[in-house]
Order: sequence, then C-alpha cells, then structure tokens
Amino acid sequence: MPSGKITSVTEQTNQLQTAPSTGETKLANRANDYSQTVGNIRVDSPKMSMSNVDVFYGDKQAIFDVSLDIAKNEVIAMIGPSGCGKSTFLRCLNRMNDTIDICRVSGKILLEHEDIYDAKLDVVPLRARVGIVFQKPNPFPKSIYDNVAYGPRIHGLATSKVELDEIVETSLKRAGLWNEAKDRLDQPGTGLSGGQQQRLCIARTIAVSPEVILMDEPCSALDPIATARIEELIDELRSNYTIAIVTHSMQQAARVSNRTAYFHLGYLVEVGKTNDIFTNPNHKLTEDYITGRFG
Amino acid sequence: MSQTTIDIVNKNLAKRYAREKRFRLLGFGSVMIGFAALVFLLVTIVGDGWGAFKQSSVRLQLNFDQSVLSIEDVADEEQWQYGNYIGVIKAALRERFPEMTSRAQKKLIYRVVSPGADHQVRQLLKKNPEWLGSRQEVWLPADDDIDSFVKGHVDRSLPESDRRIKDTQIVLVDALQESGDLKLKFNTLLFTAGDSREPEQAGIRGALVGSFLTLLVTLSLSFPIGVAAALYLEEFAPKNRFTDVIEVNINNLAAVPSIVFGLLGLAVFLNVFGLPRSVPLLGGIVLTLMTLPTIIISSRAALKAVPPSIKEAALGLGASKMQVIFHHVLPLALPGMLTGAIIGMAQALGETAPLLMIGMVAFIVDVPGSLTDPATVLPVQIFLWSDSPERAFIERTSGAIMVLLTFLITMNAIAVLLRKRFERRW
Repeated sequence: MPSGKITSVTEQTNQLQTAPSTGETKLANRANDYSQTVGNIRVDSPKMSMSNVDVFYGDKQAIFDVSLDIAKNEVIAMIGPSGCGKSTFLRCLNRMNDTIDICRVSGKILLEHEDIYDAKLDVVPLRARVGIVFQKPNPFPKSIYDNVAYGPRIHGLATSKVELDEIVETSLKRAGLWNEAKDRLDQPGTGLSGGQQQRLCIARTIAVSPEVILMDEPCSALDPIATARIEELIDELRSNYTIAIVTHSMQQAARVSNRTAYFHLGYLVEVGKTNDIFTNPNHKLTEDYITGRFG
Repeated sequence: MSQTTIDIVNKNLAKRYAREKRFRLLGFGSVMIGFAALVFLLVTIVGDGWGAFKQSSVRLQLNFDQSVLSIEDVADEEQWQYGNYIGVIKAALRERFPEMTSRAQKKLIYRVVSPGADHQVRQLLKKNPEWLGSRQEVWLPADDDIDSFVKGHVDRSLPESDRRIKDTQIVLVDALQESGDLKLKFNTLLFTAGDSREPEQAGIRGALVGSFLTLLVTLSLSFPIGVAAALYLEEFAPKNRFTDVIEVNINNLAAVPSIVFGLLGLAVFLNVFGLPRSVPLLGGIVLTLMTLPTIIISSRAALKAVPPSIKEAALGLGASKMQVIFHHVLPLALPGMLTGAIIGMAQALGETAPLLMIGMVAFIVDVPGSLTDPATVLPVQIFLWSDSPERAFIERTSGAIMVLLTFLITMNAIAVLLRKRFERRW
C-alpha cells in the first residue's frame, strides 16, 4: 500500500515543477509571509486543541503563535526543515519541555477541554494519558519484561502478577515484538537491535494505555526495514490511539498520516489532509519543501 | 632543475621524525622516573619493614610455683592479676644460665627477655589455669636489643662500649641459638597488641581498630550526606547565583589543606560542643568534613553521566521525579558514587594532620572498644613510631606502612574493579 502512494506523490510534485499552474504566482507572493497558517486548523471533535502557543528558550522564541487541533484516532504528521520547532511543539503536548529549565510555554493546550498547562494540573497523570516515543530508542537498562512493566507498575495498573504478565504480553504483541522477545523476556532490553529497541519503547508506551501517543522522529535512527515495521505498527495503532508524529521523511509522513502540518522557523505554515498537502500545497514554502528545493 | 615539492618534503622528513622520536623518549623518560620513584619507595619500605613481621623469641622452662607467683588463694582474682610473673621469668633465666652468679651478670641475663614479657605469661596462665604449680615450656619475646642483634643490625666488631648489647649477652645469645632456644618467629604481637614503649611489645591492633572505627563514622556520615547533597544540587536545585556559589565553594573545599579541618574540629567540636578529645567519633566527624567534597564531586559526576534519555523515558511514562531518581538515576549512578566514596575513604585512612589537632596523637596502649574510647589511627601510629629512638621501631614503622599501603591499595583496587564492572557505554 505505501509504495503506491509514494509514486503518486512524486508524480504530482514533478507535475508541479514542470508545468507551473496558474496558482504559482499566487503562491510566490506569499513566500515571505508565513505568519498566518494556511488550511483548516480546527476539526470537529478534537482530542487535543492548541491555541496561540508560543514557546521560548530563554529569550529566544522557538514557536510563534501556533494553533492546531488533533482529531481523535488520527495520525497527524509534523514535517519541516531542521530547527523549525516541530519537536519542540510535540514535546509541549505532554509537557516534556518542563524538564528544560529555560523553556517557557504560553498559550492554551487542551486535552479534551482540560488545559494541560493549568497550574493545578499534575503532569504525572497527564503523561500517563499522553505517552511519548523518542527519536533514539531508549530502553531502560533492565530486562525486556521490566521495561514494559515499568509504566503499569508505577501507576498500579495491574493488581496481580498474572494481570501484569497479560499487560506485558498484549503490549509486546501490539508492538509486534512478542514473537521475537517472548523467549528472552528476562534479558536486558539494551541487548536488542535498534529497531527492536524502538518497538520495545513503543510497547512500553502503550503498556500504560495512553490516549495520545507522541512520536518524535521514531525512525530516524533505524534502517529501512526496521522503519517499515514501525510504520506498519503505526498503521495498526491508529484504530485505538491518537498519534502525533514528527518526521524528517516526507515519504513517511505521506505513508502513515491522515493530516500533515508543515512547520517553518517556528511557524505553522500549512496544515491539511496529507493527500492535499503532498499533491496540492497551497503555500509556496510547503511546496518548496516537499519538492525538495530546501530542507 | 629546481627542487620539486616531494624533494623538499623528503628533506624535512628526517627532521620531523627525529622530533617525534625525541618527544616520545621524553614521555617515556618521565614515566620511568615516576616508576623508579615508586620502585625505590616500595623496595626501601619492604626492605626495612620485612623484619617487623619476625620477632626473636626465647624458649624458657617456666615454673609456675604458687609461692613465687604469690598466688596463695586460687579463688582470688586480684592475686592472679598481680602475681609475680617477672619472678617466674627471672627464676627460669637463672636456671637456664646457672653459671651467671654475680649481680651484674644476673642483670644482663634478665635483659634477654622483653621486660614486658610478664604480661604474656599472665595471659598464658589465665588461658591455662591448670598450669599453676607445674613446669611449662614457653616461648617469650626477646628484648628489642637482642632482637636487633639476632637480625644482624648490630656489628659484633664494634667495641663493647659502642654497643647496646654487651659481650656477655652475645655469649648468651650464641648459646641460646645453638641449643635452639632462640628463634625468629612470626611476630603475632604486631597484630594483637596495642602501642607500647617496648618495641617488641608494640603492635598496630589499637591503631587498626581506631582507624576502622574512625572510618566507620566517616563513611556513615559522609556517604549519605554527600549523596544527598549531590542529588539535590544535580536534580532539584534551581540554577541560580546561589547554587553557583555553593558549587564553587564545594570545589574550593576540596582543595583546603587538611590541617585546617583539624583546626576547625578543635575549635568547633572540642571547644564549642565539648566532644571528648582523641576519640574515633570526633576523628570521624573531622574526616567527614574533609571527604565530603570528594564524595559530592564524584557523586555529581556520576549523576551527570546518567543519560538524559533514560530520565526522559521514565518521565514520559508518567514517573514522578522521585520515581525517576530512585528507580533509574540512583541505580545507574551508584557504582560511580561508591567509587568516589571508596577513594574518599582511602584518603581519610591515610590522613594524619587533622587528627593531630584533635588529640589523636596521644600514646594509647589500650585497643579502643567503642567510638568514645581514646584511640589513634594507623598513619598517626606510623608518625609516632617514626619519632621513637629505639632501633627496633625503624622496622616496625616500615612494617606499619606496609600494612597501611596494603589497605590503601586494596581499597583503590576495589574502586577500580567496581568502575570496570559497572562501566556502561551508551
């Protein structure tokens, strides 16, 4: 399925490059104006809803006035050149930026109508609801079993050993690691290959049954085969979870996401259905990026 | 034809290689100087100290006569305690050398055996009360002058007036050696006795126990305090001017001469808080002050070495800060912290100066039994012995240094092993 989509994207972009449409001039005029997001940022029943989010690192502003909704059970991809703030934005969604002292976030981020930056909100249950998978696989230096069981253990999700075993098994099965790992559950998670480690990290995240999974370039440290496995996995997970994925690979965004958001220098330039973004981008910068003129 | 580039390069090549060779030789030479110094140190110490582990002992037939011992009432503890054990030894010596009859000669034969040997005899009789009234064969430590002579430290050809051992005694020693009644035996007293003015009666037991008790206090205070301080500074403290000042001062504290900590202990703990002087408790507190910076700095380094990705992973799963620290950060940092603690303890074990200031330099014979008993420590014991005039203390000083070095090397080896064993690459 994914490969078919890719060729269509490239075909389309080639067409855009070779045969400039009448819209080209209109796009060019807007090339230097990206403070207004193009496309529909709102959805009908948002799982998460961000309004006017600014992020500062000390005096430096990294995110400028970004508003965006994430719909229930959708996969939204965030793309853009390096340093455009997409990872920073993603990390705001479960307040991972709290760990950086100089980082300051303003604006509103709602998780089902609840402001997650509310002073009274506890980040511990928030992060149980909004899980995150990082760029580099980072299993704990513990056994595979303990890696997956860690989240359920600290939240007290399992009342008995049997129940915990069950959670570990289903999580590993969902992450597509069960067959490879079932005979070596007591061996260290750090002994797995890179792709297996990343799937272990995904299993660890879904063991807590979060509502939203954030993925920060989950495949950038993996080879193409491991990447394909993870992408298949994302495809399977979308029926149960809401997923926000940051990626450097446009093909990956095209393959796995329903909607795509394009970031540029801290601004959300354009957002829309993935198919539309890749076949008929409205903004000149988006077009330049997906056709490979920069980035 | 003019020179090509390669000709010029080749011309300079020899010069470049020569420079490299000189530099390598210089480095090798520096290493060899350090190595030679180490070998010289070890050879002199072991050469001097080896003899301390051997002690000349004299075999005597002791007659545990109740009347000589003046133990009339067997049930009276005090009579056992204050019995005339010297009399028994003297009687045995007179018996062994019946030809020595004059007062002066008798005085000389009495000086063959250590003047503190009555203590050993009392201990023996205490252990074997059935010996009372019987004759027993017993090995007793020889006097340090006899011991030095047996070990060959005295030149026989010197005129008698220049020797501490007299001609008559040499005859006695020769006779004893011939009959097998004078032998070099393993010096158990060195490890079982406390300090003494008599070299042959002096041991390091008191200093060892003192060192152990002092280090126990130091470890149990400095490790928890140091780790807690490091954890707070690394994980909780806000990064502001105040914590910067604290950090700079901890680093400064690590460079403060140790005697200053001794003065502090004297001024604060002795004079203000009125702690008893020259006790392991006080020594341990003073050494805690000294080792704290070491432990804090190494613990912080160990905490810094824990990859942030592990912390983020745990935080991302919804672990609280305490859970992140106790489930992930501490277990990963612990080997590094322990390494720092062991190195800090090794430093504390070898420390002398601050302990001099709080009175642990006193001459203490008894082996300390608690944290508040007067005690001394191994390096101070070495300092005290090195100051003693008796010839036999020279080898005991080196012997004690060997024991101290053994402990230090063992501790450092454990630290290295620990680091190797738990070293992680990310």
